[in-house]
Amino acid sequence: MRRGAGTLAIVALAAVLLGDRAAYAVDTTQMPTAELQARYSALTHELRCMQCQNEALADSPVQLAADMRGVIRDMLLAGKTDADVRAYMVGRYGDFILFRPRFNLRTAWLWLAPGALLLLGAVVAARVVRRRTALLAGDPDPVDEEGRS
Amino acid sequence: MSRFLVPLAAFALLVVVLAIGIRHAPEKGVIASPLIGKPAPQFSLPDLGNSARRVSSGDFKGKWYLLNVWGTWCYECRAEHAMLLEVQRAAVLPLVGIDWKDDDSEARTWLTQLGNPYAVVAVDHSGRTAIDWGVYAAPESFLVDPRGIVVYKVTGALTREVWTRDILPRLTAGRVTGS
Amino acid sequence: MLPELGHFALILALLLAGLQAFFGIAGPLLGRERWSAAVVPAVAGQFVMVATAVGCLVASFVGEDFSVRYVAENSNSALPLFYRVTALWGAHEGSLLLWILLLAAWTVAVTIGAARLPRRFATRVLGVLGVVSFGFLLFTLATSDPFLRLDPPAADGNDLNPILQDPALAVHPPILYTGYVGFAVAFAFACAAMLEGRLDQEWARWTRPWTTAAWAFLGCGIALGSFWAYYELGWGGYWFWDPVENASFMPWLAGTALVHSLAVTDKRGLFKSWTLLLAIVAFSLSMLGTFLVRSGVLVSVHSFAADPARGIFILAFLVVMIGGALTLYAWRAPLLRSTAGFELGARESFLLFNNILLVIAAATVFAGTLAPLISDSLGLGTLSVGPPYFNPSFMVSMLPLLALLSLGIHAGWKRGRLGAKRRVLLTTLVVAAVLGNGVVFGIYSGGHVLTPVGMTLGIWIILASLADPLDRWRRRLSLPRSVLGMTLAHIGLGLAVIALTTVQSFTVERDVALANGGSTRVGNYDFRFDGVTALEGPNYDAIGGTVTVTRNGAPVVVLKPEKRQYWVQHQAITQTSIHIDRGNNLLVALGDDLGAGRWSIRIQIRPLVSLIWLAVLVMALGGALAASDRRYRALRVTETVTGTAAGQPTG
Repeated sequence: MRRGAGTLAIVALAAVLLGDRAAYAVDTTQMPTAELQARYSALTHELRCMQCQNEALADSPVQLAADMRGVIRDMLLAGKTDADVRAYMVGRYGDFILFRPRFNLRTAWLWLAPGALLLLGAVVAARVVRRRTALLAGDPDPVDEEGRS
Repeated sequence: MSRFLVPLAAFALLVVVLAIGIRHAPEKGVIASPLIGKPAPQFSLPDLGNSARRVSSGDFKGKWYLLNVWGTWCYECRAEHAMLLEVQRAAVLPLVGIDWKDDDSEARTWLTQLGNPYAVVAVDHSGRTAIDWGVYAAPESFLVDPRGIVVYKVTGALTREVWTRDILPRLTAGRVTGS
Repeated sequence: MLPELGHFALILALLLAGLQAFFGIAGPLLGRERWSAAVVPAVAGQFVMVATAVGCLVASFVGEDFSVRYVAENSNSALPLFYRVTALWGAHEGSLLLWILLLAAWTVAVTIGAARLPRRFATRVLGVLGVVSFGFLLFTLATSDPFLRLDPPAADGNDLNPILQDPALAVHPPILYTGYVGFAVAFAFACAAMLEGRLDQEWARWTRPWTTAAWAFLGCGIALGSFWAYYELGWGGYWFWDPVENASFMPWLAGTALVHSLAVTDKRGLFKSWTLLLAIVAFSLSMLGTFLVRSGVLVSVHSFAADPARGIFILAFLVVMIGGALTLYAWRAPLLRSTAGFELGARESFLLFNNILLVIAAATVFAGTLAPLISDSLGLGTLSVGPPYFNPSFMVSMLPLLALLSLGIHAGWKRGRLGAKRRVLLTTLVVAAVLGNGVVFGIYSGGHVLTPVGMTLGIWIILASLADPLDRWRRRLSLPRSVLGMTLAHIGLGLAVIALTTVQSFTVERDVALANGGSTRVGNYDFRFDGVTALEGPNYDAIGGTVTVTRNGAPVVVLKPEKRQYWVQHQAITQTSIHIDRGNNLLVALGDDLGAGRWSIRIQIRPLVSLIWLAVLVMALGGALAASDRRYRALRVTETVTGTAAGQPTG
């Protein structure tokens, strides 16, 4: 299983790197309305190309990406919502296909990290400043520009 | 004193995570299939052997089958082919082929030259069916039970190791429990 | 013959690095003068040996010696000479050698500069650098030997990856690595201080120029990489939050915090344990980046070939180096308390906030980069994290930082006295808001809700940075290089904020299919496709397109994008064609031949994108200027401890 998977990864990579194709794609799909075009563009940029390393569907030159873009186009033309499209893709390829991790119990730590760290930072800063201000109380000397007291 | 140990503790935690990551690294190319345990996607595609007929997922209801996605352009598929012929000879379950993004006449030539392990081959020109099954690189194989539930997915070539270790046990266990 | 010589030189280098490490640490520890004296010759010898090895590899490339596997994998007889040389760092083994060479070069530089440092301390610094060198040399020889032979020799090489056959490649890795590796110096200074059991304001003053120099190089390296991605990869993107990019960005963020923390330790003897920890963290992030890129644990556009065996080795090395340093930290840092005070509005406060916010920023990038790995290892499923996570999350710490910057610059040490600066601050803020909103709504058309905020902050930072120096200049006061450098660096940051806000908000992209003579209007420009012709290069065939650009009828430029097919690697590479008109970057790239003379074409108008890289350059120049200030070239200090802060650690 391991060896096969490793070979698969190499084959998939080789298909991209050594294939007779450019490193990116120009997607000239035109949707009938500007709103649909914007949604199409947003979705194809938000979903990962499954055969490439770190490329969005919009930019990937491989055939699979072109096929998947076609699926998205058809779904949007059929009146599906953005959530429908995401659910369809995730239902087949897993969460890995999303560049934006969904917010659920397994990813909450990631999304909440910056805010939580900011709060923690504020607490630390408050403690340090309070301590240093107290230390300043017994020190009446002014300082010069260079900070020498 | 204790807060100065925090960086070291955090680092130790990181090392553990990285070590586990290295152990999993060879499997990085494999994405777990969300289809496992779910009903197999429905399809209705032209039959490679007979252009008047269509192959559909309903044809196999009530039987175990192995769906194999391949193409003549796929290097790994050629390597896998010998194993597929073995599976056919073992006559344990039928092989259903999906010829993915391929040329029909080249596919027929391939099967004539190398042997045809498939009970039937469906042709997917548009690629939509493959996407429906969550295929992202050939070859891939799906083990489906008589209820139409996807039991297992093989990413990459089907090797003897995978067959005996992953497919057969599930097949026999399923048959024993009468599913 | 040459490869064997190179290999042998590497082995000698390993031995010398080992000696450098051993004598450098054991000598001062045990008081053995003769051992300490042996360190400098070891440094020199190691450098000579590494340089020899590099020279042999370059010679193998230039001489087209395809019996060397690395040369066969990365070169070709048709490869132009220039790229035959730069192919040296085109893949894993060679780039590691570059790492080692630059580390040896930094070590030599420190040895020369160490004339001004106390001998025992300097010896320790060199010893720690020796440990790092030893680790990397061992790793290279054990798992990544660039001198492995092919038997029989290849008839011809595999050619250098066409994406890398570009002038920017010649400078991007060396400059980037110079910065990356340069943080080892700050790390060594920190470890030496911990081994000595002494860390004072003098120490901070010694460490500052080295750290600032490394930081400047790293910034330039990152900017170069971004620039190269922009015009080479054909997507017109300049930052993808790709793991390899993040691996260089995290040390830069930590390095920025370190540069500022060192300033506080230098001026007021405060934040000592912060500074120590940041010095360790900055280099640790460099090393971690090396691990991530070469071990196959992450999915990335340009990670080197994955190899878990290498991953294990690097991990072990990380445990020794970083684990060792953090253990020293846990042991020594508690003794570094000082009793100096400052108030809420003081410069120290703002620099404290600065430290915290930059660390949060680095931690955010860290979390996003490692999330797939963490999630996978803890059995939480496969996860994928891209720009939709990084962009907003990065703002959480960056926006407060940018807002506080202008205030912090004007705060006095110890007592702030921001009240006196109220008028200056308010005036600059109002002017910035007016200008910012004027640009956003006047020249462009609105945009995101954060667009006027970003514009205002960027302009405010520039104005606030200029206020004090202009005032001093007016009053004929001195303007030392450290102040000028700081001003320039902050202005650079302001420019970057303006540029990034503009690009993110006002970029226009269009992918179109055009027939010969067909045209399309994008933004204020008209693009007319005038067909393609066949071209030939030194080792590739190309199809060159012609696109004529006009603005309101007036001709602007004729762009010539290409699609190249390299003979050996059969890879089609796009050469975008870029022109700058009134600050707008016009980018055109050829897509695919749609038949009947129609081609798909990508057109992008990115206003002010080039300003981003210019701004980083300005920041780096500011850093260089500050690092060259006279006060860092003070006369040699004696062994006795000087410094004002109480609470010196016991030896």
